[in-house]
Amino acid sequence: MAPDKTVPAPDRERIRATAPESPIRSVLSTQGVPVLGALIVVAAIAVLFVDMFGTPRNVNFLVLSIAAIAMIALPMTLIVITGEIDLSVASTLALTSATLGLLWESGTPLETAIPIALLLGLVLGAFNGFLVTVCGLPSLAVTIGTMALYRGLAYVLLGDRAVASYPQDWVSGVRQPFLGVQGLPWIAVAVLVMALLFAVLLHVTAFGRSLYDIGHNAEAARFTGVSVKWTKFWLFTLSGVVASGAGVFWTLQYGTSRADTAMGLELQVVAAVLLGGVSIFGGVGSVLGVMSGVLLLGVIRNALQLFGIGSDVLQIVTGSILIASVVTPNIVARVRSRRTSEVPTGTVPGDRPLNGEKS
Amino acid sequence: MDPSEVPPPLALVDVTKSFGSVRALRGLSLELRAGEIHALVGENGAGKSTLVKTIAGVHRPDTGRILVDGDPTVFTAPADAQRAGVAVIYQEPTLFPDLSVAENIFIGRQPRTRLGTIDKARMRRETAEAFTRLGVDIDPDRPANGLSIADQQLVEIAKAITRRARVLIMDEPTAALSGVEARRLFTVARTLRDSGAALLFISHRFDEVFSLCDRITVVRDGAFVSCDPTAELDVDTVVRRMVGREVTSLYPKEAAEHGDVVLEVEGLTRAGVFADVSFSVRTGEIVALAGLVGAGRSEVVRAVFGVDHYDAGGVRVEGAALPAGRPKAAIEAGMALVPEDRRHQGLIMESSIGRNATSTRRRVLSRFGLLRSRDERDTARAWGERLNLKYGHIDDAVATLSGGNQQKVVLAKWLSTEPRVLFIDEPTRGIDVGTKAEVHRLLSGLAGQGLAIVMVSSELPEVLGMADRVLVMHEGRITAELDRAQADEESVMYAATGQRPSEAA
Amino acid sequence: MTHTSTAVPESTAGEPPENTGRPVRTRRQFREIGVLLAVVILITATWLHNPGFLSTQGVRDLFLGATVLVILAIGQSLVLITKNVDLSVGSVLGLSAFGTAALFAAFPGLPVPVGMIAGVAIGLLCGLFNGLLVTTVKVPALVVTLGTLYIFRGLDHWWAGGSQINAADMPAAFLRLGRVGFLGVPLPALVAVIVAIAVGVYLSHYRSGRELYAIGSNAEAARLSGIPAGRRVVLAFALNGALAGLAGVLFTARYGTVDSTVGTGMELQVVAAAVVGGVALTGGVGTIFGAVLGGVLMTTITAALPIWQINPFWQQAVVGVLILAAIGLDRLLALRTARRLRGGGARGA
Repeated sequence: MAPDKTVPAPDRERIRATAPESPIRSVLSTQGVPVLGALIVVAAIAVLFVDMFGTPRNVNFLVLSIAAIAMIALPMTLIVITGEIDLSVASTLALTSATLGLLWESGTPLETAIPIALLLGLVLGAFNGFLVTVCGLPSLAVTIGTMALYRGLAYVLLGDRAVASYPQDWVSGVRQPFLGVQGLPWIAVAVLVMALLFAVLLHVTAFGRSLYDIGHNAEAARFTGVSVKWTKFWLFTLSGVVASGAGVFWTLQYGTSRADTAMGLELQVVAAVLLGGVSIFGGVGSVLGVMSGVLLLGVIRNALQLFGIGSDVLQIVTGSILIASVVTPNIVARVRSRRTSEVPTGTVPGDRPLNGEKS
Repeated sequence: MDPSEVPPPLALVDVTKSFGSVRALRGLSLELRAGEIHALVGENGAGKSTLVKTIAGVHRPDTGRILVDGDPTVFTAPADAQRAGVAVIYQEPTLFPDLSVAENIFIGRQPRTRLGTIDKARMRRETAEAFTRLGVDIDPDRPANGLSIADQQLVEIAKAITRRARVLIMDEPTAALSGVEARRLFTVARTLRDSGAALLFISHRFDEVFSLCDRITVVRDGAFVSCDPTAELDVDTVVRRMVGREVTSLYPKEAAEHGDVVLEVEGLTRAGVFADVSFSVRTGEIVALAGLVGAGRSEVVRAVFGVDHYDAGGVRVEGAALPAGRPKAAIEAGMALVPEDRRHQGLIMESSIGRNATSTRRRVLSRFGLLRSRDERDTARAWGERLNLKYGHIDDAVATLSGGNQQKVVLAKWLSTEPRVLFIDEPTRGIDVGTKAEVHRLLSGLAGQGLAIVMVSSELPEVLGMADRVLVMHEGRITAELDRAQADEESVMYAATGQRPSEAA
Repeated sequence: MTHTSTAVPESTAGEPPENTGRPVRTRRQFREIGVLLAVVILITATWLHNPGFLSTQGVRDLFLGATVLVILAIGQSLVLITKNVDLSVGSVLGLSAFGTAALFAAFPGLPVPVGMIAGVAIGLLCGLFNGLLVTTVKVPALVVTLGTLYIFRGLDHWWAGGSQINAADMPAAFLRLGRVGFLGVPLPALVAVIVAIAVGVYLSHYRSGRELYAIGSNAEAARLSGIPAGRRVVLAFALNGALAGLAGVLFTARYGTVDSTVGTGMELQVVAAAVVGGVALTGGVGTIFGAVLGGVLMTTITAALPIWQINPFWQQAVVGVLILAAIGLDRLLALRTARRLRGGGARGA
C-alpha cells in the first residue's frame, strides 16, 4: 500500500492513551477559557485595589448595567457562529420600548402589553430572517437597514417624548434581589439560566453542532441534510424576541421609554461577543467565552468608573480591548506557524470558481 | 535544431519540496523546449499541482534549481515567474468577476497615456487583437462574470499572449470543457507552439495527451519516472509507469445478486442543466453515470438527493415518492450522497474527525435531545476501525488527514446512516492508489450486501471495472445504457461525446 | 475526441455570452440612473409642492447639507470597493472637527490653510492606523474599525473634556469659507464636487484605482496577478481617513460651534449612502458617481420631509427602507444578469 500522505501511521497505543474525555473537559477545552481567565484576573484586581467595587450595592449596579447586553449577546453568539450578524438588536429594543410605552399610555395593562411587545420582537426578528434567508441578502447590509428602520419607527411612535409613568411596583420589581440576596438582582439569575439554556443548545445538541457546521461550510452542512435557511431564519427570529425581552426589562429598569434609548448598544454587544472569542468569520465560539466577555467589559468599565476615570478613557479602553482580542490570537497563531514549517492548507489558485457567490 | 545548443526557456533540476512531514516533490527534473508541447502525467497526488505552483512562483523549492534560458533563477512571488515569461492556465482560472475582460487581461499593466491615465482604447484594441489571434470572439468590454470556464481559460491565454509569455503551463485545462471547447483549445495550443512557445500540458485524458503532445513526462509520488517522445510510447506503458504496477488488480468487483428496484428516477429535468433523465436501480447493483465533466451527471445526483431543485419529473424510493429539494427527506428515505467535492461539500474541514463522521447521525445519537461527545467519539472510532481509517486523534481536524482518509470519513458519515441507496460522486478523486483499491473493494462488498449504488466517475477504467450497468450522459441527457458486457472504452466514449461509431475513426 | 487536428478555429463555444456584453455594461449605469431619477423626481415634486424648496436659500441649504455626507460617502466607497468597511468615520470626523477648532482656538494667529491641513492630517493618521491594522495583522476591517470607532471617539472626548468651542474662538476668514459661494454654490459643496471628480477619475482611469476594484472583486486573483494588495488597501483607508478629516474641517467651518459629539452615529448613514448609491458591501462594485447620488438622495429626503408636512421623525425609517430597497434591487439585478449570462450555455439541454 502506498504510504499515507499527511499523517504518519498512528501509534494505536497513543490513541487509546489520550482517550478519556469528560464532558467537563470538553466544555473547558472550548475557546472561552482565556477570556474567563482574563475576567477572573481583572475582577480580582478590581476587588483588591478598587474601593467599593466588591460592595453588594456596586455589584448590583454592575449586574443591572450589563444584563441587557448579556441577554442580547446570547442569540448574537449563535448568529455570529453561523457567519451572520444582527446589528438591528438595539433598534429592536428601542422599538419594543416605544411600543410598550404607547400601549401603557393608552391604558393597556402591562400584563397584556408585555406579550404584545415580545410578539413585536418576534415579527421584527422574523423580518430580518426573511430578508436574509428567503431574499438571500447579506445580513450585515440587511440589519444596517433594519437598524435604521426600527429605530426610525421608534421615533415615529414617540418622537422626542418620553413615557415615564410606569407603575412603581413594576419599576422597582425588576430590581428586586433574588431570594433577598443583596447584590444579586433576580435578573442576574434569569440571565444565568438563559445562558445555561443557550450553552446546552449550542454545545450539546444536534442543532448546536449544525450551527458550527453552517459557519464553517454552509454548503457541506446542506449536503448533510441541515436546512441552512430555516436555521438562520429561526436564529434571527430568536434574536428579535430576546432583544424585545431586553427592551421590556430595560424600559422597566429605567422606568422610561424613549426612542433614542440604547443607542449604539448593538456595537457593545458585538464587541462583547467578539471579545468572548467568537470568530466574525463564523464556526468558532462558546457561550462561556461570550458571557465572560460581557462581564469583562462590564467589570473594566465599572472599576475604571469607580476609580474616577472618565468615560473618554473608558471608550479608548473598550476599543483597545476589542482590537487586542482579535489581534492577539492572530499574532499567536502566526508565531506558532513560523516555528513549525508551512503546511499547504487553505487558498489554492482555482480554489474559488468565478461564478461562485462571494462571501 | 539540436535542443542542447539553445538552452530551454524553462527547466527544473532536481527540485524537492516538503510541506511539514509530507514530501510533495522528491527530486523532480523537467525541461520545457521552445516550440514543443510537453505532457505531464501522473496520478492524483503525484505532485503535479505542487510542480505547477513551483513553476508559477507560488511555492519555493526546498532544494534544486529553476533555470530560465539556462540561468538559475529564484521565483519569490508569482510576479517573478510572470516576468520570466511563465504563464499558468489553471483548471478554473481566477478572474476578477466584476472587471471587464480587457481589464482582466491587462490588470496591473494597463497601457497608459502620457497623463498616466489608462489608455482604454488601446487596451480594448490589444485585447481584440489577442482574441483574433486565438480565433475567438469575446467582447473585451463585457465583465468576466458569467463567462464559461472555457472562455475564462481563453482570457487567461490572451493574457499570456499579451504578456509575450514564452512558457505556458496548462493545468488540466480540459477537465471542465465540452468536446468542442477542448478541440478549440488544442487548436490554440498548436498555434502557440508553432509560434515558438514552450507548453506544458497536464491531463488525465490519454487521447488528448497522445494526439496533442510531443513528449510525455511521467511522475509518481513526487518523483520523476520517465520522459520520452510520444511516438515511442503507448497508453499501456504510460499507465503502468504512472501506477507503478499492473492495473487490473484495482477493481475487485465481485458478482452480487440483484434484487428489487429501490430507486426510480423518472423524467427528471432541470432547465439548462439536464433533461428527461430516467433510470432505476436495484438492490445489489452498481450503476455508473459516465460522461464528460459538465455533462450533468453530478447535477442529476444532486437533484435526486434534494440538494438542488429540479423543474420536472420525480423520484421514488421503494415505490414512495420523494419530496423535491429536501436532503433531510432523502436521508430519511434511506439515501446517502458522497459528493464530488470533498473539501467544500463532503466535509467541514475545520471540524474534528469525530464530529464529521457522526454529523449525519446526531439526532440518533442524542438522548433526551442531548448529544454526548463520548457517544460521538465512540461511534466515530468504531467506524474508523471498520474502514481502516488512519488518524492521530479523533478530535483532530479532518483537514489533517490525507485525501484517501478524508474520503473514508465521508464514507463513514454516510454508511453509518445504513442507507439503501448510495450515491457516490467521483469515489476515488484525489486519493492514492492503495486507498483507491480499498474504496473499490468496499463498494463491491456493500453491493454484495444488497446496497444499491449509483456511482458518478470520470475515470473510464473505474466505470468499466466497477459497474454492473453504465448510463452515459452527454449534454444533460442519457445517451446510452450499456450492460457490463456491452460497455467498453469505445462504446462509452462515443456516447459521452455524442458521436456515432461510424463518424469517428 | 481523436481528430482534433482537423478542427478549425471556431467562434467561442459558449455561444450566448458574447452577445450580452452590452446590457451587462449598462446594468451598472442603470443602477445609478435609477438613483439620479429618484433624486430628480423628489426635488421636482417637492418644488412643485412648495416652490420655496428651491429658493436661493433652499438650494444653499441643500448643498451644504449634502456636502459632509457626500465627502464621507466618497471615502467610504474607496474602502467598500476593496471589500472592507470603515465604521470609524463618524469618530474621525468628530476628532478632526474638534481638532481643527481647538488648534484655531489655541493659536489665534494660525494661518487658515495650516489649520485646515492639520484637520485633514488628523483624519489621514486615523485612516492610516486603521489601514495598517487591517493589513498587517489581517484582522477583519469590521472589527478593527468598530474598535477604533470607540478609540477615536474616546480621544475626542478626552481632548474636549466636555468643553465646546464657539465661532468666536476661530478666525473669521475660516468661518467665511463655510458661507461664501460661486454662482450660488457654497464653497464646501464646490470642494465636494472637486473631490468627487478627482476620486472618480482616479478610480476609473488609474492603474492603482482599478486595482482597488480587482482586490475587492477577487483577492486571491489579485495576489496571483502581483497586485500589492496590502499597500492598496492601506491607501484606500488613508484616503478615506483624509476625506473624513476634510469633512470634519468643513463641518467646523460651516457650523462654527463644535464639541466632542460631532459625527456620532454618522458611520451608518455614510455606509447607507454608499449602499443606496450602488456600492456593494461585497466589494468590487460601485462608482463614486453612485455614492454621491446616494448621499444627495438621503440629504434631499431629510430636507423634503418637513415640506411635505411629514413628521421629521420619519426620516430615519425612510433611510432604513431605502437601504433595504437598494440591496434588494442590487440582488435582483445580479440574479437577472447571472441568468442572462448563463442562460442556455454550452450544455443547454
